[in-house]
Amino acid sequence: MEKGYLDDSDFRKAKIKSKIAWTIAILFACVQVTLTLTPFFFMIINSFRKQFDMLQQGVFHLPDPWYFKNYVDVVTHGFFSYFFNSVIVVAVSLVLMLAISSFAAYPLSRMKFKLNPYIYALIVAMMSVPMHVTLIPIFKLTQTFGLYDSLWSLIGPYVAFALPMSVFILTAFMKTIPKEIEESAEIDGCNRYQNFFKMILPLSKSGLSTLAIYNGVSMWNEFAFANTLIITPARKTLPLALGQFKGEHSLDIPIILAVLTLSVLPMITLFIIFQDKLVKGMMAGAVKG
Amino acid sequence: MKKEKNVSLAQAKARSTARAATVFLIPALLLIAIFIIYPVIDTFAISGNRWNGISADRVFIGLDNWKALIKDEMFWKSFRHNLIVMVFSILLQIPLGMLLATFLDAGGKKFNIFKIIWFLPYLMSSVAIAFLFVYALATNGGIVSSLASIIQGKKTTIDLLGTAPNALYTIIGVMAWQFTPFYMVYFIAGYGNIDTSIYEAAIIDGATRWQYIKHIAIPLLGPIFKTACTMSLIGSLKYFDMIWNMTQGGPAGSTELMATYMYKLSFQQFNMGYGSTVAAGMFLLITAIALLFNKVFKVKEEY
Repeated sequence: MEKGYLDDSDFRKAKIKSKIAWTIAILFACVQVTLTLTPFFFMIINSFRKQFDMLQQGVFHLPDPWYFKNYVDVVTHGFFSYFFNSVIVVAVSLVLMLAISSFAAYPLSRMKFKLNPYIYALIVAMMSVPMHVTLIPIFKLTQTFGLYDSLWSLIGPYVAFALPMSVFILTAFMKTIPKEIEESAEIDGCNRYQNFFKMILPLSKSGLSTLAIYNGVSMWNEFAFANTLIITPARKTLPLALGQFKGEHSLDIPIILAVLTLSVLPMITLFIIFQDKLVKGMMAGAVKG
Repeated sequence: MKKEKNVSLAQAKARSTARAATVFLIPALLLIAIFIIYPVIDTFAISGNRWNGISADRVFIGLDNWKALIKDEMFWKSFRHNLIVMVFSILLQIPLGMLLATFLDAGGKKFNIFKIIWFLPYLMSSVAIAFLFVYALATNGGIVSSLASIIQGKKTTIDLLGTAPNALYTIIGVMAWQFTPFYMVYFIAGYGNIDTSIYEAAIIDGATRWQYIKHIAIPLLGPIFKTACTMSLIGSLKYFDMIWNMTQGGPAGSTELMATYMYKLSFQQFNMGYGSTVAAGMFLLITAIALLFNKVFKVKEEY
């Protein structure tokens, strides 16, 4: 028998099939949730124990009693001074990086000049340079300029290494802004510089905010440059401070887990607030691939 | 007469464009020159010296460091570890990230909570992840050993980080935990770029969700796959942070990577001449592999 259309039984079969598929998908999703959250669960519940309770009570049992003094100890042992070191470095680096990369993306995306494709290719090629190759010369450079062992030594490398990817994404993003916008502004008597600040920059906001999130996370967590360029404990950023705490309390695992929890908390909070932006700006970079 | 004026006007416009472009590009190019291009060149220059990084006693020894590098078993062993990490990173992180993104794309807004949870590991610093997993995978009071003890009903220890072949694969697993969320978001962005009218047309034509994903979405995501693979490839060849804080390359060099080896030589043994050679060798290998990958992939695309 020939069937030219879907009858009821086909429809029902398809529905059952899709229900089975969704059940499997949800089960898989829950497994993934478990794998993701178990280490966090381990970290958080064990951070509320006394030093020796971890092995006695078993790591999966809820703490008895809940012991909050770990967090008090961490906060009173200079956690916030490390925290503010990180805030300063990340804030200054991010502002500079966003300004400089949008400056660069503007002519690359919207101006015709001979060197345009070459400069673009050069900047994009820099994406694949591993930072470790530059570590020794940058270590030397900071000593030459007297910046070694100061927070400022981190800003140059952080900005420079975030630039290639950011210029790449912003160039793709600015290309999607219609040409007419500039033309009409030009008729109103705007020059290129006014165009950039009044038209293009405000329209690139969502691309900029994604870049801020991604680079903010990686600068906040950066380890290799910070570990190489800073030695004085008081000037250390948060990732280095974790090692500092671990060195001082090597046998007190719960207190280190408390530091780890505190260090990731601001990132999680910011992420939950700004998570919509995360995907939107990345779409521009994903277009061209 | 009139034509001439037009030409000079066009020239003037081109000149003012070039001037504006220079002004806008100078800060970026300057920073890249100082912090990326010059250091890469300098690394190659230092690789011709015997030097401890501090004293003025810097002796030019020609290609001796490079000859030593070619015979350096530890370097090639590290490189092999890097290759293992690379292969497993691409095989684990990218398909899994793709799968999660597909699930989120099919589910829409109501699955937002999954997206938030799955993204969490990426927000943690490599240092924090390293310390957390040192405790979470410890033989005494770790997650795996504790679970095994509960299941077996007696004290059981599973040594994931302390023995030679286990440690590298454990680290690959932890890396997948850390980086899969990044590729997930990348593929979500890729799905978001596919015009919704394509999906609607496919459904009207009677395609199922699965057929749409298999025959339309995945081929359209091709270029994104390629970029994701390139990122994962470069990322795993230069991997450093987490291993440094977790095993420092141990036990017995079984998790040593090119970057940890280079860091040890340069900043622990202060053998910066040879450390630079390792760094430069690493740079050449990564560039070669990335170029090769791109070439192979391009040939494939043409058919």
